[in-house]
Amino acid sequence: MTQDAASSPARNRFVKTSLVVRKEFAEQLAKAVFFLMSVAMVAPLLAIVAYLVWRAWPVLSWNFVVDVPRRGMTDGGIWPAFIGTLYLVGISLAVSAPTGVLAAVYLNEYAKENWLNRIVNLAVINLAGVPSIVHALFGLGAFVYAARFGYSILSASLTLAIMTLPVIIASTREALAAVPASFREACWNVGATRWQTIRAVVLPNSISGILTGVILQVSRAAGETAPIMFTGAVFFKAVEKGQLLPYRLDEQCMALSMHLYTVATQVPNVKESIPYATAVVLLGTVLAVNAAAIALRVWLRNHKKW
Amino acid sequence: MSRDDVRKKIEVEDLRLAYGSQEIIHSISFDVRENEILGIIGPAQSGKTSLLRCLNRTIDFCARARVSGSVRVDGEDVRQMKDVFALRRKIGMVAPLPVGLPLSIYDNVAFAPRSAGLTRKVELNAIVERCLRQAALWDEVKDRLDSLGTALSGGQQQRLTIARALSHQPEVLCLDEFSIAIDPVTTMRIEDVLKTLRREITIILVTNLNQQARRLADRTMFLWGGRIVEIDTTEVVFSDNPANPQTYDYVRGVFG
Ligand SMILES: Nc1ncnc2c1ncn2[C@@H]1O[C@H](COP(=O)(O)OP(=O)(O)OP(=O)(O)O)[C@@H](O)[C@H]1O
Ligand SMILES: [Mg+2]
Repeated sequence: MTQDAASSPARNRFVKTSLVVRKEFAEQLAKAVFFLMSVAMVAPLLAIVAYLVWRAWPVLSWNFVVDVPRRGMTDGGIWPAFIGTLYLVGISLAVSAPTGVLAAVYLNEYAKENWLNRIVNLAVINLAGVPSIVHALFGLGAFVYAARFGYSILSASLTLAIMTLPVIIASTREALAAVPASFREACWNVGATRWQTIRAVVLPNSISGILTGVILQVSRAAGETAPIMFTGAVFFKAVEKGQLLPYRLDEQCMALSMHLYTVATQVPNVKESIPYATAVVLLGTVLAVNAAAIALRVWLRNHKKW
Repeated sequence: MSRDDVRKKIEVEDLRLAYGSQEIIHSISFDVRENEILGIIGPAQSGKTSLLRCLNRTIDFCARARVSGSVRVDGEDVRQMKDVFALRRKIGMVAPLPVGLPLSIYDNVAFAPRSAGLTRKVELNAIVERCLRQAALWDEVKDRLDSLGTALSGGQQQRLTIARALSHQPEVLCLDEFSIAIDPVTTMRIEDVLKTLRREITIILVTNLNQQARRLADRTMFLWGGRIVEIDTTEVVFSDNPANPQTYDYVRGVFG
């Protein structure tokens, strides 16, 4: 075929040679594989959500969220656990997000590339890999006993903060490092200080990545059981239905992740759909936070000036 | 013309630069006179960009770089300067690759004056218009100053870079291969601007286009492998008998 094409005088340059055919086949194949993989990613997620919702359906209602557990936790709702999770996640992120982001800005934008920086970097990466149960034990020793915060929301939130901090630092650094060096150089060339550069160019261009990193830690903090079980979460706490601020910071609280464990394994004769409904609320809360973050990112992108 | 009756804007003495253990610039000395255009030519890797980075001390941002010797601007050693930001405003720098900052076109140009503390809208407007005109970009963007600088074409972004370098009213303008991304017609327009600017400021023009140095520069320096092969008036450097035969070969493209 190649011979034909070469010998014919009015040769069509765009004839499909065997090489082109092979390349096209490889292209199609790669596309199909990648498509399948992405579908394979989505399918389990949909399956999980569908299964949970189906099992939870009988009790799933707004009332389930705002009601308190009744009849020895075999009936009723999850309000104390829901609000407790909001407390824990909110306070822990209020501590770890600013600390982590600022630390990352320092490490990436100011700190000189030297041995101290490398050690800090190594520490951050290793801390991010410490299992949550170890953080739990640390929180117990550091906050509950040493700092004398007792078993409390404060101790539990700080433990979660310690747990999420290194990951936030690592992800923020990655987001900052993704901003091209040429942008910074252009700013420095015209006599801008590091802070002016960071404010005008670096942060606006990394804010999406930074937010993504922080938001992922929301789900992590909301889902962990061990760190809060050791430091400030309890099985049951009497709270009024729908009460907005039921806890003081030095009290213990209930939390969704732990409540799920309790109703699924510890309490006999629980209404069958209650654990599933609890899981759905936990998942829904995390997804709602993610959606809010996406909305914030879109808003920031459309209002580059901030 | 005797050497003493022209004021020296920049004096470089025994400058050495190493990245890590690899020395890139080996003890060079030269000066730049006030209101001249100094062309710097030389093959790739000869250290032209690195040399410019020593002048405005952006080399400081490269942790591996070691500088020795002295660079004096208006008689003051740059490494003793307290206010390095003022130094960088004094020396405008146009990088070889166009960098539109991800800000609006207006903010791209207003960034430097704002960083220096200027806030009055009228003054900023005036600066933005003047600089964009000087960079031969005004007519193309005057109706869309709000759109993103990164959305401009490569050549337009390069002119935006030039406008930005002019926005802090530098006394020395360093252009590092500014015409790589610009079409010949616009290049000529900018070259005309440079000729006018020479009356007010000093210009250092690093270029790969020998003819560009020939057209614009008062004096030309031939840098090769981190050493100055020759520095003399452009006429001499491009003449049939420069001091060094290597110069003759390089400017005629029979080098190597
Ligand atoms: N940040 C850096 N770290 C290490 N080495 C560097 C760095 N920047 C430049 N160099 C090295 O210094 C040498 C000179 O580079 P420089 O960019 O100054 O050359 P140049 O004359 O501008 O070349 P070109 O004409 O290609 O722009 C090169 O060998 C380069 O590899
Ligand atoms: Mg260069």
